[in-house]
Amino acid sequence: MGLTMTEKILAAHAGKTGVEPGELINAKVDMVLGNDITAPVAIKEFAKIGVDRVFDNEKIALVPDHFTPNKDIKSAEQAKTLREFARKYGIVNYFEVGEMGVEHCLLPEKGLVLPGDLVIGADSHTCTYGALGAFSTGVGSTDMAAAMASGEAWFKVPESMKFIYYGKLPRWVGGKDLILYTIGQIGVDGALYRSMEFTGEAVSELSMDGRFTMANMAIEAGGKNGIFAVDEKTLEYVKGRSKRDFTVYHSDPDAKYVQTYEWDVSKLEPQVAFPHLPENTRPLSQCGDVSIDQAIIGSCTNGRIEDLREAAYILKGKRVNPNVRLIIIPGTQAVWRQAMKEGLFDIFLDAGAAISTPTCGPCLGGHMGILAKGERAIATTNRNFVGRMGHPESEVYLAGPAVTAASAILGKIGGPEEVGVK
Amino acid sequence: MSQLKGKVWRFGNDIDTDLIIPARYLNTSEPKELALHCMEDADPTFASKVQPGDIIVAGKNFGCGSSREHAPIAIKAAGVSCVIAASFARIFFRNAINIGLPILESPEASSAIAEGHEVQVDLSNGQITDLTTGQTFQAVPFPPFMQELIQSGGLIEYVKRKMGTK
Repeated sequence: MGLTMTEKILAAHAGKTGVEPGELINAKVDMVLGNDITAPVAIKEFAKIGVDRVFDNEKIALVPDHFTPNKDIKSAEQAKTLREFARKYGIVNYFEVGEMGVEHCLLPEKGLVLPGDLVIGADSHTCTYGALGAFSTGVGSTDMAAAMASGEAWFKVPESMKFIYYGKLPRWVGGKDLILYTIGQIGVDGALYRSMEFTGEAVSELSMDGRFTMANMAIEAGGKNGIFAVDEKTLEYVKGRSKRDFTVYHSDPDAKYVQTYEWDVSKLEPQVAFPHLPENTRPLSQCGDVSIDQAIIGSCTNGRIEDLREAAYILKGKRVNPNVRLIIIPGTQAVWRQAMKEGLFDIFLDAGAAISTPTCGPCLGGHMGILAKGERAIATTNRNFVGRMGHPESEVYLAGPAVTAASAILGKIGGPEEVGVK
Repeated sequence: MSQLKGKVWRFGNDIDTDLIIPARYLNTSEPKELALHCMEDADPTFASKVQPGDIIVAGKNFGCGSSREHAPIAIKAAGVSCVIAASFARIFFRNAINIGLPILESPEASSAIAEGHEVQVDLSNGQITDLTTGQTFQAVPFPPFMQELIQSGGLIEYVKRKMGTK
């Protein structure tokens, strides 16, 4: 029986020739990630282990991105904990404000995650790196602490599911729409404990940015990881970023999948997830009349340059509706600079948008755009749980950058055609 | 202590970690502070009425969403002795085992046990007894490796033993 690429990566890191779903393994990790919310807990736990150094000071990434630039005194203390730990243990990949970006935009951009890697991160959206053909998954702080000391983590080998997307994607339909549609079809626990492998013509056509968006939300279906085959686009992306060797793994033709979904997406509409679960998706034409107070473009899901270009294309020469606050948050410093160079900031500023420094900020209700009671936001983020962006009685609608930008102009949920963009 | 007994608080399906501990309180990891806001956006009065030893019974996919370990920490610090659910989201499952919050997976118990019932749990064999109705349920057993983790006192103790540190 053949193996999936996920199984091959896990086996290679456990020093085995093969693994089977359900098997418990101990595996070596290539990168351990933490942020200003999860790492302070990990640092406390790390101290209890009683080692005087980390397993490898180049294989740990600490990114203060959630409540930074520090939103209050307590957050400042948490960020300080990270900084001091990084200094004490000589953590090479610590990114200070001014260098940092939203962690899952930043690590691939810096070439810190490569195809075939095994990565764990104390952040649920660590699954983003599956776009590069790596196995990556979110864990908690204690797992992070144990891995910082030992360089290993335990895993139950997941069963695999295959998702095949046929056809050419229509205009304004991208990675975000594909993953929202998928979650809408299978539910928020539709891939619980499982690996999600994304294939087919439509995803081959996606850019790396679109693939990052899809892999990012595997967790919203309960998935352990989301993964893509490595192709020329992947290799082109890592070229010039990678500073070490990597191995490309491919799924065998006779690899075992517990479930396979096949969808023709050539007529798929842009998707919007209604409150309060990402599975509550509707095609744009069936969204009805939903007025909004705020629009957010950014996050580890859609904070990359292509997302900003798409938003700028819609916003060019237009004004944000007077009832809406549009907040744009480039994912990293490099994305910020690129957007500035390309003149996207002029378009955003002319439209009446606010442009933020990179931060997770409002996505998890931290800062930089918190909702009041009864307010509604449309966002390119990944979760629309109760209270996610602020008051427990506020609402978040999830969509891609094009729909979010168009909605900001309209003052209600709508698409590019409704603002006259073709 | 392998025998637990407590009053049941019921929650529905897909209870996410933002409901268990909203991100607005994540500027601290102090268990006592987190406990004050445990389950706040699902039931704002929960933290004030939960008693030490009480048990949470929930539907499917409990703990979905973020990887924040603050979620099981808040539940444990609020005095909840264990969580019984039809299923758990995987990161929450790992985190609960790693920090020593007992969790039991039982779709039958999850659908049968009502709010306010008195429930007894035997962690050594995974037996759940609804003392109010007399019904018993068998939780899905943990694989041997996870039992070893739990018996070691959580992941940190396990790693210490493995690495030979004290």
